[in-house]
Amino acid sequence: MIDVVVFFFLLGVFARLVRSDLRLPEALYETLSIYLLLAIGLKGGIELSRQPLAALLPQVLACVAMGFAIPFVLFPLLRWLKLAAADAASVAAHFGSVSVVTYAVASAALTRRGIPYESHAALWVAVMEAPGLAAGILLARWSSRAANSANASRRTDWAALGHDVLFGKSVLLLLGGLTIGAIAGVEGTAPIKAVFVDPFKGVLALFLLELGLVAGGRLAEVRRFGAAVLVVGLGVPPMLALAGAAVGLALGLSTGGVALLATLAASASYIAAPTAMRIAVPEANAALSITVALGITFPFNIVVGIPAYIALAQRLHA
Amino acid sequence: MDKHPKTLLVIVAEAVLERALVREARERGAQSWTVAEVHGAGREGVREGDWEADRTVEIRVICDAPVADAIAEHVMATYAAHYSVTMYFAAVQVLRPDRF
Repeated sequence: MIDVVVFFFLLGVFARLVRSDLRLPEALYETLSIYLLLAIGLKGGIELSRQPLAALLPQVLACVAMGFAIPFVLFPLLRWLKLAAADAASVAAHFGSVSVVTYAVASAALTRRGIPYESHAALWVAVMEAPGLAAGILLARWSSRAANSANASRRTDWAALGHDVLFGKSVLLLLGGLTIGAIAGVEGTAPIKAVFVDPFKGVLALFLLELGLVAGGRLAEVRRFGAAVLVVGLGVPPMLALAGAAVGLALGLSTGGVALLATLAASASYIAAPTAMRIAVPEANAALSITVALGITFPFNIVVGIPAYIALAQRLHA
Repeated sequence: MDKHPKTLLVIVAEAVLERALVREARERGAQSWTVAEVHGAGREGVREGDWEADRTVEIRVICDAPVADAIAEHVMATYAAHYSVTMYFAAVQVLRPDRF
């Protein structure tokens, strides 16, 4: 049974395909995304307050390592599919980083099915945002240096990029929410529960409607780029999900935790990654990466991937 | 009324470039500018500004003609190859020339 929030996403895609005049105000999109990031952070933080921090270290390190490794695994594969080096590096970075909304849909699906998961998992999301981007930028630099192209002489301003990613909206709000939740605990956050916890799924549904509109707009681009983007957008997520599930098992995570880590590995960033790649790897075709991440992989994960990753985790744990 | 001639330089570019463009315009002598978010289309396709990576800004700088030329030359040399950037100039008249 498809989770109810997914229907809102499909409604958005439909509205776009039939050229409806439906458009969410930009201020609402902005508000909803801030709400979701804070709420996810807070929820994780409340659980974090009950955990010994040292026990989390292996998980955090594994998440960082996985996010950093994904682009290096994907890059040769994407090159083999005839993508230009800069494009391959950029697409790889999108997969190395994560999609917070994909995570939110997966956690909502687990909650609905009554499958427990590590509630501090929002911490994994926060630490997985940046490593994949760094790896993608390194790949682009090395390949342009190897090709001895004009771009090789350009320096990456790592300080500015690091600042933009670490203090950018998503990581700042996730970590901020985690910290506030961890300090305030269950009792401290009780007064704001009515805003940040209870309406979460309704807000997620509204946000997915908007993302459906955006993703629907990218579908037309798929034809422009041809079969390669379909192969990448549909083929890469299941492969990465298997790797994520394996890491989750090795860490001794619960069934829900394995499913979430598989989802995070399979997800592709469409907020932090496009901006970071645009600045660091301008020669990459931004439309190509976004079409893969938002036009193909995101819908695939939301509709087909997440139920499959949950089933995979259940089978692995059985 | 005492009117003074100045140059209006309008830069339409991807929003990710905003901070760098404003900084580089200031470095070349621009004293005042305004930035507005816009959406539209060009040869590279439609940019609707639906979400973060799709936003476009219009930066308007009023300055002396040599400053406008210096900014435009720098933007062409640095960004034109890989980014969607459009620039145009217009002759304008201002009332308080020391501000621009």
